[in-house]
Amino acid sequence: MNKKTKTPLFHVAKRAALPWYKTWAIRGAALLLALVLCGAVTSLVTGENPFAVYGAIWKGSFGTTRKIWVLLQNIAMLLCVSLAVTPAFRMRCWNLGAEGQALIGALACAACMITLAGRLPNWAIILCMVVSSLLAGAVWAGIPAFFKARYNTNETLFTLMMNYVAAQLVAYFCVVWESPKGSGTIGIINQKTEIGWIPQFPSQKYLLNILVVAVLCVLIYIYLNYSKQGYEIAVVGESERTARYVGIKVERVILRTMLLSGAICGLAGLLLVGSTNHTLTASIVDGRGFTAVMVSWLAKFNPIGMIFTSFLLVFLGRGAGEIATKFGLNRSFGDILTGIILFCIIGSEFFINYEIKLTRGAGKEG
Amino acid sequence: MKKILALTLALTMIFALAAFSPAASAETPVKAGFIFLHDENSTYDLNFINAAKEACERLGVEYMFKTGIPEDQECADAAEELIDEGCNFIFADSFGHEPFLIQVAKDYPEVQFCHATGTQAHTVGLPNYHNGFASIYEGRFLGGVAAGLKLNEMIESGAITADQAKIGYIGAFPYAEVKSGYTSFFLGARYVCPSATMEVTFTNSWYDPTLEKEGATKLIANGCVLISEHADSMGAPTECEANGVPFVFYNGSAADACPNTFIVASRIDWVPYMEYAMTCVAEGRDIDADWTGTMAGGGVKMTEVNEKAAAPGTAEKLKEIAALLESGELQVFDTATWTVDGATLTEYLADVDDMGDFVPETNVIADGYFHESEFRSAPYFDIDIDGITNIDA
Repeated sequence: MNKKTKTPLFHVAKRAALPWYKTWAIRGAALLLALVLCGAVTSLVTGENPFAVYGAIWKGSFGTTRKIWVLLQNIAMLLCVSLAVTPAFRMRCWNLGAEGQALIGALACAACMITLAGRLPNWAIILCMVVSSLLAGAVWAGIPAFFKARYNTNETLFTLMMNYVAAQLVAYFCVVWESPKGSGTIGIINQKTEIGWIPQFPSQKYLLNILVVAVLCVLIYIYLNYSKQGYEIAVVGESERTARYVGIKVERVILRTMLLSGAICGLAGLLLVGSTNHTLTASIVDGRGFTAVMVSWLAKFNPIGMIFTSFLLVFLGRGAGEIATKFGLNRSFGDILTGIILFCIIGSEFFINYEIKLTRGAGKEG
Repeated sequence: MKKILALTLALTMIFALAAFSPAASAETPVKAGFIFLHDENSTYDLNFINAAKEACERLGVEYMFKTGIPEDQECADAAEELIDEGCNFIFADSFGHEPFLIQVAKDYPEVQFCHATGTQAHTVGLPNYHNGFASIYEGRFLGGVAAGLKLNEMIESGAITADQAKIGYIGAFPYAEVKSGYTSFFLGARYVCPSATMEVTFTNSWYDPTLEKEGATKLIANGCVLISEHADSMGAPTECEANGVPFVFYNGSAADACPNTFIVASRIDWVPYMEYAMTCVAEGRDIDADWTGTMAGGGVKMTEVNEKAAAPGTAEKLKEIAALLESGELQVFDTATWTVDGATLTEYLADVDDMGDFVPETNVIADGYFHESEFRSAPYFDIDIDGITNIDA
């Protein structure tokens, strides 16, 4: 038997940096492919007209003024959590505990609203809410950060596990403060007195959150790109050894950045409970702590880019809900479409960094 | 003469038509918006979804669904979006939706809001906010009777002794709606099988297939020979089927998934309430603050008895007892049939007016029985009676 060498049909090679228009062309093509795929899946599986489905997705976000406000509010909350994890991510410190940090901030906020009602003037209660939420979030991130800085424990696992502790604590306090007894629901906190409700712009219940997060976004951008601390974060992220060599106290940077990260998550919890929802449930953060990882990564840890990536994810999510309502399809169908689109977008990053080279003359041998 | 008669007839018809058409157009067109906690994978929500479709199709009402709406601000947003779409009738199906629906109801006095299982309509003072429920304790009692007959069959066949007739019950939350349900179920079982006892465990969630399955595993390991539940997934039934333990279900039949162990299920039929409320909206009439469906009125239903798992004669016995319940001859919460710490209760204050104060204010025991779902539609029977053990306590 004569042995044949099998040459692969293609091989993958790392690309040199592409000019900006080519990278965006690849991304655009990916999005187009995603839409075509979504359309095909929709027609095949449900028999609905794909263009009607696209229309519904669009209407889910922009159909009415109210929907636009809800869209902006959801972007703001997702962006807030994403901004929180970004400083740590830039440092290559994988804080996957944003969900728990925001939850514990929400818990601290609800605790102030419930236990201080009637005991302090309203402004003092709101002040307590702000301080305790930020502090609670910071502590929740500070614990794994301390162990990371001191004993070099794995922050990914540690922060992840802290999520479950926070969720169980919230579940516990939902039972402590439940109304009526045994129902496990808190309902709207201080519904009649509105004690501890952060004052809102007249008839715009989401505007405050949106403005707070917009300002935060700019601040984080400046902090990361134009401050000494931001530079330290970048150096630690590139190489801890270099950072040590140039005299940066790496442990301090880790601790400080994680405390900041946690405090911003706490802020998200505060806004959710004190400003809009006025209730506490174990699902109030709604997985944003995990979605934020994707938002931050897709935008390459750039706070301004994150506005667009969080828009994309919220837009798709709202669209999914709209299809469910409009066509009586299951909500999961929207998730399938979101999955297809994200798969294509994340996949496109592969083609930006690598290229596929056909092996010359592959067909002739063998 | 004939011509005059013909003319008169024609004129009468024209007048009749003219008289009827404004009446028809005076009816407000109803557009209904429904808010569900989960989707059709939850047995609880499926029961509502089916009822909503049926009621709307019967009345020719246009409708929209929002599924998977959690019990927070999202519920208020969903309600407002439905109103934006032109809905003038909003229905929400989960207990925790209530405060958010009330919040929206205050801002939209021209829209009617109906909420299933809620407690606040009769005290909140909003003319456009209403609660509905059903005397499902009657259905639970019948489910209990079917369970008791099965226990008797096991005792007679020698599979268990009389004092091993222990039932296991998986509850969602330890509050009145669930307690009322399992107590009436237990009283039904003991009505035909006097030696029956019951153990209860809670999942603290309305829908958690894993926890419900684990609850069933735990109860079966504890020696429970029959299972029932008040939680919304198929977790427990599939575990019962795998272990060959008979069970009585809630919300709908599980005969397809569990052909060997499913006995019967009780469920609330929400069609009568939805039809009633939407007809009121159409005709511009007021909807009652509290509406309680009954077995006689078609609000409480039993599924087909699964002959393969049920004791012989179950269907006939259920019919016989249903008649006694409908006539009022038999009372589910007859105080002669249950005790608390060995004593019979002659009065009991329940927290009917749910003001968030937890202060019970209404005596609900009179004429020898506990008057459930009479002072408001949502259940308020929250007494721990002898014979039922909470194994989580």
